[in-house]
Amino acid sequence: MAEHTEHKHEPNYLEYQGKYKGLLGWLTSTDHKRIGLMYFYAMMTFFLSGVVMGLLMKLELIAPGEQLMGAQTYNGLFTVHGLTMIFLFVIPGVAAVFGNLFLPIMIGAKDVSFPRLNLFSWYLYMIGAMVVLGSQFIGDGPPDTGWTFYAPYSLKTNTNVVFAVTGAFILGFSSILTGLNFIVTMHRLRAPGMGWMRMPLFCWTLYGTGWIQLLATPVVGITFLMVVAERTLGIGFFDPALGGDPILYQHLFWIYSHPAVYIMILPAMGAITEIVITFSRKTVFGYTAMVISSMAIAFVGYFVWGHHMYTSGMSSTARWVFSFITFLVAIPSAIKVFNWTATLYKGSINLQTPFFWAIGFIFVFMIGGFSGLVLGSLATDIHVHDTAFVVAHFHYIVFGGTGFAFFAALHYWYPKIYGKVYNGKVANIGLVIFFTGFNLLYFPMFVLGIMGMPRRYYDYLPMFHTPNIISTVGSWILAIGLIIVIVNLLRARKGSGKEIDNPWDGRTLEWSIASPPIVENFEEVPTVDHEAYDYK
Amino acid sequence: METTTHHEDLHRDDTASKLGMWLFIFTEILLFGGMFIVYSVYRYKNPVAFHIAHEELSIPMGFINTVILLISSATVAISISSIQKGDRKLTIRMLVVTLLLALTFLINKYFEWGAKFEHGMYPGSDLMANLSHGDMLFFSLYFFMTGLHAVHIIVGMILLGVSLYKVQKGLVHSTRFALLENSGLYWHLVDLIWIFLFPLFYLIH
Repeated sequence: MAEHTEHKHEPNYLEYQGKYKGLLGWLTSTDHKRIGLMYFYAMMTFFLSGVVMGLLMKLELIAPGEQLMGAQTYNGLFTVHGLTMIFLFVIPGVAAVFGNLFLPIMIGAKDVSFPRLNLFSWYLYMIGAMVVLGSQFIGDGPPDTGWTFYAPYSLKTNTNVVFAVTGAFILGFSSILTGLNFIVTMHRLRAPGMGWMRMPLFCWTLYGTGWIQLLATPVVGITFLMVVAERTLGIGFFDPALGGDPILYQHLFWIYSHPAVYIMILPAMGAITEIVITFSRKTVFGYTAMVISSMAIAFVGYFVWGHHMYTSGMSSTARWVFSFITFLVAIPSAIKVFNWTATLYKGSINLQTPFFWAIGFIFVFMIGGFSGLVLGSLATDIHVHDTAFVVAHFHYIVFGGTGFAFFAALHYWYPKIYGKVYNGKVANIGLVIFFTGFNLLYFPMFVLGIMGMPRRYYDYLPMFHTPNIISTVGSWILAIGLIIVIVNLLRARKGSGKEIDNPWDGRTLEWSIASPPIVENFEEVPTVDHEAYDYK
Repeated sequence: METTTHHEDLHRDDTASKLGMWLFIFTEILLFGGMFIVYSVYRYKNPVAFHIAHEELSIPMGFINTVILLISSATVAISISSIQKGDRKLTIRMLVVTLLLALTFLINKYFEWGAKFEHGMYPGSDLMANLSHGDMLFFSLYFFMTGLHAVHIIVGMILLGVSLYKVQKGLVHSTRFALLENSGLYWHLVDLIWIFLFPLFYLIH
């Protein structure tokens, strides 16, 4: 394997010169691969600025009392950190970058169904991002409500809530259009012989995600519009002083924002599935179960939003029903973890960087998942609600899940995207440091939460000091690991590597074509005559 | 939504664009679905106020607008079936009628809203602020939902206008009418939403 074949007669998508040259050629390109990369570059920028905000917050928390910033700055910082990470990085994350780059190739298509709409989605994403980030600099200072914009505070605060909410609305629109595009693409553009049940599992997770994007996002869209109307026109939808119901806001917000967690995690699970299969060099264990569990997570995930609101004021019937359904989501998630491990069993495992990232994902995702059960059950949630425990839990899921999967996917597909190989040893060192830092950073927060340290305060009681020091030091270690990982990839990009078509012996269609792919992906439309993962 | 790419071939898939439009319509229904939830909750909480407030709305005005939209749905349907039959003239005529009906709807709305504005009844006004909670919620929802619907009418008119232009230019014809069909689908959606708004605000006791 891994020998390079010459494709000199066709320009690859990175070098292709169309009607416009250079940067304009990228900004006007409807090529799904270029759009995927544009998402990638924008997203990494936002992600890194979010990381810097996170580091600053951890620095503030290194000791009790005011260190770097006062309460208002800290409140702005965690709000902006949340907005950036959630709306600009993890929600579009794996789907917009790797879905765009590889979904059409994996099903044997030349592009998505609506390439121009795809480019439009990217522009909407950028506009939304600018509006969200702009809310930090103009007007009356960054929003300080937390990324959830809970009423009635979001209606009362003098900060820039309208801007931030409008930005989130635009981002939602972008997300809807991407989901729509992917669904139609999978319905219409599968190559001859590529039946539904022959699609790579990454595509199936994108399919489930697409439906959540379509059906959940509009609800939060209209909710955000109502917040804007309430702030600008003085309409009383959610303000109890005007007859509105703030709990209703929470319901509407979580009807989207809980499924949004599955928008984040499903494609991540899909990417991990691809990696586990390729590096076990073995057909996936339980293809059908994987498909069904993806769709089940998408479906059941729609009905569990109430578990964010156990302490908000709901009838006890509603609470136990939501708790019960929440536990149901654990079933398809666990099916995935079992199938990954069963796939590894008796595989000829290839120990390479993407595989290590995937194993790291499974480890932290399991910690995140189990701590989720603590939060999902009523009695224990009352104890740890709104404490650092919750922060630790969702960082294990969102950062540890989606973030790890993002880097796993990046290391997995990097040779395909750029036609270059990175230094595996340095990448592994970076991963180990990152992984260590990650656990040092977030695990103490579980302890802090159980001890009773509330979230979203710039200050704390001296009794919480020790775990906070460990956590802050962990954040530095994580940052060092992250820098090593990114510098290593940047150096590989600069040309220290050789071109390679199928470095990992992958069996999905993207490994059958040149690296980097030619503009049309395939020299001729492929015909698929075997199941998704054809290892003998 | 035909797909021209910078790739060498031109790709066209009418089924895909229709599927895309249906999916988009799902999202629109959920967008208004959120509003309907809010409406139901507040109606449940303030039954008397909602009942009294609704009597402020003019049923004839609402009724006329309902009829207008129903007719316009019919005319847009006729325009689609006539483009399929290759009758360009009738297509154009029906699209023009649809657009005129849409405009009439907006003019009606303008007078309806205008009368309320004249009485000092608009979001943010002193009068609104002094209403009881239930009354204020009713009128807030009324302005917000019919306003959002009016935005959809305008978007629908733009879509139909583009279709009309393309029919005249011969770019939309008897073998290539996905754009017109999708605009028509969208128009039916706009009509459908009004069918729910009308009884919710004007009729229900």
